[in-house]
Amino acid sequence: MEQIPILKLGQFLLVTIQVELHDQLALTLQEDLTQKLAKTHARGVLIDISGLEIVDSFIGRSLAHIAAIARVMDATTVLVGMRPAVAITLVELGMSLKGIRTALNVEKGMALLQSSVRPEEQDEEEDEPAVDPGATSSPS
Amino acid sequence: MDSSSAGSLIKAAESTVLRSWVQAQLAHGRSRELLSEAQVREQSRSFLATFAAAASQNIEGELTGPHWDDVRAALTGLSKSRASTGFSPAETAAFVFSLKQPLFDAVRSGFGQDTARANEQALVLSELIDRLGLLTVDAYQQGRDEVIMRQQQELLDLSTPVIKLWEGIVAVPLIGTLDSERTQVVMESLLEAIVHNEATIAIIDITGVPTVDTLVAQHLLKAVAAARLMGAECIISGIRPQIAQTIVHLGVDLGDVVTKSTLADALKVALSKCSLAIRPARTQAGA
Repeated sequence: MEQIPILKLGQFLLVTIQVELHDQLALTLQEDLTQKLAKTHARGVLIDISGLEIVDSFIGRSLAHIAAIARVMDATTVLVGMRPAVAITLVELGMSLKGIRTALNVEKGMALLQSSVRPEEQDEEEDEPAVDPGATSSPS
Repeated sequence: MDSSSAGSLIKAAESTVLRSWVQAQLAHGRSRELLSEAQVREQSRSFLATFAAAASQNIEGELTGPHWDDVRAALTGLSKSRASTGFSPAETAAFVFSLKQPLFDAVRSGFGQDTARANEQALVLSELIDRLGLLTVDAYQQGRDEVIMRQQQELLDLSTPVIKLWEGIVAVPLIGTLDSERTQVVMESLLEAIVHNEATIAIIDITGVPTVDTLVAQHLLKAVAAARLMGAECIISGIRPQIAQTIVHLGVDLGDVVTKSTLADALKVALSKCSLAIRPARTQAGA
């Protein structure tokens, strides 16, 4: 069965859509991505749709659903590489995908993901040193 | 005599007809200002030759057949070129109608004593010329429409330049009313520019937009939404006091779009979003 590869890249998942995304494929992707998110505990999802030439309302809604699912599973979704024609079509369809963050290309999308995930990481890193002195002080 | 006789008669009297026709054209009308005498003579000569050739074949009815196709094509081309040169419709139609009198003269002198036949043929010719006259006006109108269409397209292209202000910052200064067709063009060129310049910020400047109503606002928001889908943030600048008032009175919700009153302010915001800033240059004395 046709499938869209989902690559794990550090703490992010990278989805590159290079084929025509028909309805069944979109549903499969949604399913696969949810499974993968649960398995890998990824913090972010980067969906590259630079290969996507045609969208309809169903595909638009599928993308919005994927983003919503990812958010529920505590991951940020960034949609990158949308073509001008696709953007115009989606807007004309009345789907501005309000909940999804977007970037021009994979590079910028990755930077956006990293910057949106980093603050929490820093919190964790700050927490750890704060705990460590306490942990080390108690035995002494 | 058969019905084609008027046609063959014209062919025989071609040079006489041509002379008086050109004279009639030059006598009145502005043709002299827009076309030289030689040009008028040449146009008349070539048209009359085609016309005479067709008339000698078939002069009555619906003007069909290869010969009349030639006449029609010649007349259409001529009318269109006159439309773009600046002739008025009446002046263009006069080209054909001024041919009537010389043709009548030719028929009258050709048939001599047979006045009934001459009248009959004159009537046929008159109808023919009228038909050609209508064709002229049609073609003239078509030529004008083409000019208008071309100008409209040029205006569209001219009025939507996308400017690269800085690395990653593009701007569209909009001038004139925004209708849905223009929004489409603006949107397309803006999105293309975003891809081309790898822009993360797009500034839409509406200083030149005279009024903003709900429809215009909706078009603007569409462009903003499309740019956002491409991963670029939009700033709307050039909001004049009256426009700000109109937007509020109309209850238009611009959502979370950043708005600024001038392009300069918008640029400042855009630069700070790119972690850039403009500083006064250090003077020699200060350094």
